[in-house]
Amino acid sequence: MQRILLFLYSIRAFLLFVALEAVALWLVVTYNSPQGAVFFNSSNALTGSLLSTKDGFTSYFTLGEANDELARKNAELMDILAAQSFPKDSIYIQVDSIMQANYQFKGAKVINNSLHLRTNHITLNKGSEDGIKVGMGVFNGEGIVGRVKGVTKHYASVISLLHTDLLISSKIKSTEVFGSTQWDGKNAKFAKLRYVPRHVEVAKGDTVVTSGYNAVFPEGILVGTVDSVGVGTETNYLDITLELAADFSSLTYVYLVENNRKEELDSLSQFIPIP
Amino acid sequence: MNSKNIFTLTGAFILYFLIQVLILKNLVVFGMGFCLLYVVFILLLPIELSAIPTMIIAFLMGFGLDIFYDSMGLHTASAVMLAFFRSPWLKVITPTGGYDPNTPPTLLNMGMGWFLVYSLPLILLHHLTFFFIDNMGTFLYLPMIYKILASTLFTFVIGVIVQVLFYKKRRGI
Repeated sequence: MQRILLFLYSIRAFLLFVALEAVALWLVVTYNSPQGAVFFNSSNALTGSLLSTKDGFTSYFTLGEANDELARKNAELMDILAAQSFPKDSIYIQVDSIMQANYQFKGAKVINNSLHLRTNHITLNKGSEDGIKVGMGVFNGEGIVGRVKGVTKHYASVISLLHTDLLISSKIKSTEVFGSTQWDGKNAKFAKLRYVPRHVEVAKGDTVVTSGYNAVFPEGILVGTVDSVGVGTETNYLDITLELAADFSSLTYVYLVENNRKEELDSLSQFIPIP
Repeated sequence: MNSKNIFTLTGAFILYFLIQVLILKNLVVFGMGFCLLYVVFILLLPIELSAIPTMIIAFLMGFGLDIFYDSMGLHTASAVMLAFFRSPWLKVITPTGGYDPNTPPTLLNMGMGWFLVYSLPLILLHHLTFFFIDNMGTFLYLPMIYKILASTLFTFVIGVIVQVLFYKKRRGI
């Protein structure tokens, strides 16, 4: 018995090494599933406050771009507002309210971002007190950005679209053919559109938007444009490369969207037996 | 290991940590060369420090960085890997006459040749682990190798520059 203990004592450094590596790999595995609970991330209070202090300094360098972007979005919204205002000499009756207020939008600021790893995340300066919830979709004026993964009181961490495990249900706007957008881990400007059958005709420059099927994003938010179409190695599907609409290297302000009927939609799909 | 030493080490730990998460996190050359300068901090820990405390320091450093990088376990695993192999490697490359007591293994104390032999394989090991775990599940081996080589070189060069600028001979920071 004593000899066993002595032996274990003599290799104590190695045992500690194995234990620490096991902890680290366990963290890697549990954290990198897009679903699943997360205990530690950059949205906790200490990290968040440090990052937002840093952002207080660095955000001045991108103020110009941020202003342009906001002004452009404002103009777009004013167009919509103008189209929806009604002439004063007529009466407007709301016929059906069932499709209204389906989605709720919120705004937030990016305080931390990365784009060179395989699993990239973004931290936002709003949290549960501002109504941010896990699972909300994130986009900006240009296109899709990601999906909320973890929320604390004042901060939220988001899985970037530049995360090889995140799939965004999308469709080609002109033909309504749907597929899934997934990043291939190579270049922050391009992603792949998967599961588009071979018989579909796709042209370079076609617009790809969200499909609205997965109840995270409303239909029609820009994902990107088709950059190249190839036959690919998979027998049934085309190999489509998208040029992403959002510029991930200069994210400043983003919008968050929540589907008020997500639970209802999800509970409905439980009735369908999975083959 | 006196109390002054511990004080400087703690200061260096915090300094390297903050520089890594606030400045170097966003500094990636051509999308390939990462600057993981905290590796240099672990390399420059005192020679007498045995593997167990080194690993614990590396674990704390890696874990803290992972929270900021949102990459749980990635830095932790590679930093602990580096810390474990540091002590045996120091034994292997002991210069004739042994190490001077209370001398951190810096470039200025040990000379360029020795430091090159000491640091390059360890930085390479760290980056190998780092990018291997990062690319687990994908098949992007060629970009991974580019990233490993570019980052090793970049980290080494920045490490050398930092030591030349901010370290004094025979002393810590």
